[in-house]
Amino acid sequence: MKFFFKTICIFFVLIAFNIQKVEAEENTKVLKVEWSFKGLFGKFDRASLQRGYQVYAEVCASCHSMKHLSYRNLAEKGGPEFSKDQAKAIASNFELTDGPNSDGEMFTRPAKLSDKFVEPYQNIEEAKASNGGAYPPDMSVLVKARSGGANYIYSVLVGYDDPPTDVTLDDGVYYNTYMIGNKIMMPNPLTEGLVEYNDGTKATEEQMAKDVTTFLTWAAEPHLEARHKIGFKAIIYLIILSILAYFSMKRLWSRIEPKV
Amino acid sequence: MSNHNYVPSSKLGKWFNDRLPLLSLSAHVTEYPTPKNLNYWWTFGGILTFCLVAQIITGIVLAMHYVAQADLAFASVEHIMRDVNYGWLIRYFHANGSSMFFLAVYIHIFRSLYYGSYKSPREVIWILGMMIYFLMMMTAFMGYVLPWGQMSFWAATVITNLFSAVPLIGESITNWLWGGYAVDSPTLTRFYALHYLFPFLILGLVILHIWALHIPGNNNPIGIDIKKPSKDTVPFHPYIVIKDLYALLIFLILFAFFVFYAPNLLGHPDNYIEANPLVTPTHIVPEWYLLPFYAILRSVPDKLLGVVAMFASIFVLVILPWLDTSKIKSAVFRPLYKQFYWILVLDVFLLGYMGAMPAEGLYLLVARVATAYYFIHFIIILPILGFKEKTIPLPLSISEPVLNGTPNLEENNKTST
Repeated sequence: MKFFFKTICIFFVLIAFNIQKVEAEENTKVLKVEWSFKGLFGKFDRASLQRGYQVYAEVCASCHSMKHLSYRNLAEKGGPEFSKDQAKAIASNFELTDGPNSDGEMFTRPAKLSDKFVEPYQNIEEAKASNGGAYPPDMSVLVKARSGGANYIYSVLVGYDDPPTDVTLDDGVYYNTYMIGNKIMMPNPLTEGLVEYNDGTKATEEQMAKDVTTFLTWAAEPHLEARHKIGFKAIIYLIILSILAYFSMKRLWSRIEPKV
Repeated sequence: MSNHNYVPSSKLGKWFNDRLPLLSLSAHVTEYPTPKNLNYWWTFGGILTFCLVAQIITGIVLAMHYVAQADLAFASVEHIMRDVNYGWLIRYFHANGSSMFFLAVYIHIFRSLYYGSYKSPREVIWILGMMIYFLMMMTAFMGYVLPWGQMSFWAATVITNLFSAVPLIGESITNWLWGGYAVDSPTLTRFYALHYLFPFLILGLVILHIWALHIPGNNNPIGIDIKKPSKDTVPFHPYIVIKDLYALLIFLILFAFFVFYAPNLLGHPDNYIEANPLVTPTHIVPEWYLLPFYAILRSVPDKLLGVVAMFASIFVLVILPWLDTSKIKSAVFRPLYKQFYWILVLDVFLLGYMGAMPAEGLYLLVARVATAYYFIHFIIILPILGFKEKTIPLPLSISEPVLNGTPNLEENNKTST
């Protein structure tokens, strides 16, 4: 029994050590931000999500699609939580092709809450042709698709710099401190004051990067808040149940002589 | 098998039991005499049963929403994550469930290696277990392909390409597996069909595994044959049931931590990029539980021989009952085997680590040495050890060491050496 616990403890320590090591390795490569959505009770900062959506809509969305999200998601619990009317208004700004109608014609109409986010390009080829041959990746699960996650995305957004003297860049290629290989086809998307926040927050580069990364994290993991909440309850429940099971076990086994 | 003469008390029960002895079966399972000195390493059988059932249930729910078609698979997984009620929970449970399943099965296998549970009269249990393990690996691999991310696609490409190493008919086999000339939608669809089928084959084998176990009964940490039922045994219910339940709950806490707080830690970020046949990821790595085999595969310079070595690494386990010549089961009474056992554990961890690293330079060299040692352990060390090793005298019964206080085996070791 003691041996078992010792081994389990060692096992946990090993896991913890490895996770720390992995995180430490990431730390050397990317900036670390104190995200509100990390940790046992991590939640999104609602205002930051709304600002983040604004940055996404005004800056990123002209090139990057977000095809797995729907406009209704913007009004759902655990997200930016725009009011239903606000979300409707946002959706109606976008036009999409629908049909065919009863005459067999395709037609355009404003987007509705139930529609997926309208994509900026018709297809990948058009996206590439408009961006010097580079395909701006879909942003729906981007945060989960990069090692380093939110920290990495944030770092790339604020990581634009002049190239060191020994690096020569082709036309349409930019230097980024945190991008893998340091070369990126996307020009620096954020400059101070690029967007005007409704809530009066100063739109510094760092602020915008933080807000839009928060938004992208939510987009990749829309049920994160529910997950943390249920997870905490589930683990507490399991701990209590295992304590009860432990004492039941002790009681039952006390009948067995001699004790093992 | 102690309950052949079980007679139900009610008339209806007797009528039914004469026609289908389900009540006898349940009485047998309840009273099944189990060694009372089983430690917590023996609880993983129950944990594994839970894992299998949980994977099947979550898997069936996922199958109701998943679309096995190359253009739709990735989006259907996102649909599950976003729009299906608690779909994220079910999918994370299923994805992390495979890791927890393998964690438990590795502990189960290594427990068996330590206490010699594969030896006579339990060889068939062991072989059935190895068949289950092999099917588990195939099932997990095909499941990993289903989300149709980059790692899914390229893992499928790498693994199915292994069969092209077969002389003469290799290419035909791969084309037959793919259902075309490359990994594509037909491959995905058939992997899905098989991924749904295999768990039920595993379930069947698990039933045989348990059936075979109930003939000789459990091995135990001391590894001696005991009389059943006797002072050395306890009925399965409630003593083992409550102990297994307790261990399962502790296991579930770890499980829940992964599902709720680190659901993607054991996965690869590249698998959230939709499969693209034109872009190869920088490092193609399998899931952690297959890494040791991946290391063995890559450490052999020749492709065909690499594949042979990989399958051989599982085959040596199948014939292990006849490779280990020692009559003593438990490593507790085998001082030398105990040391070699821990070296093997380290060796497997080392192989796993090398499997995750690029196959070049020092990594490759270490992987080769570790691969060689893996085979040496089973093919050379174990057969010789059985003849050369001076073992510690066995106690006569479980109660004997127990009656003299706790089973002070460490002390026994010291006095006898």
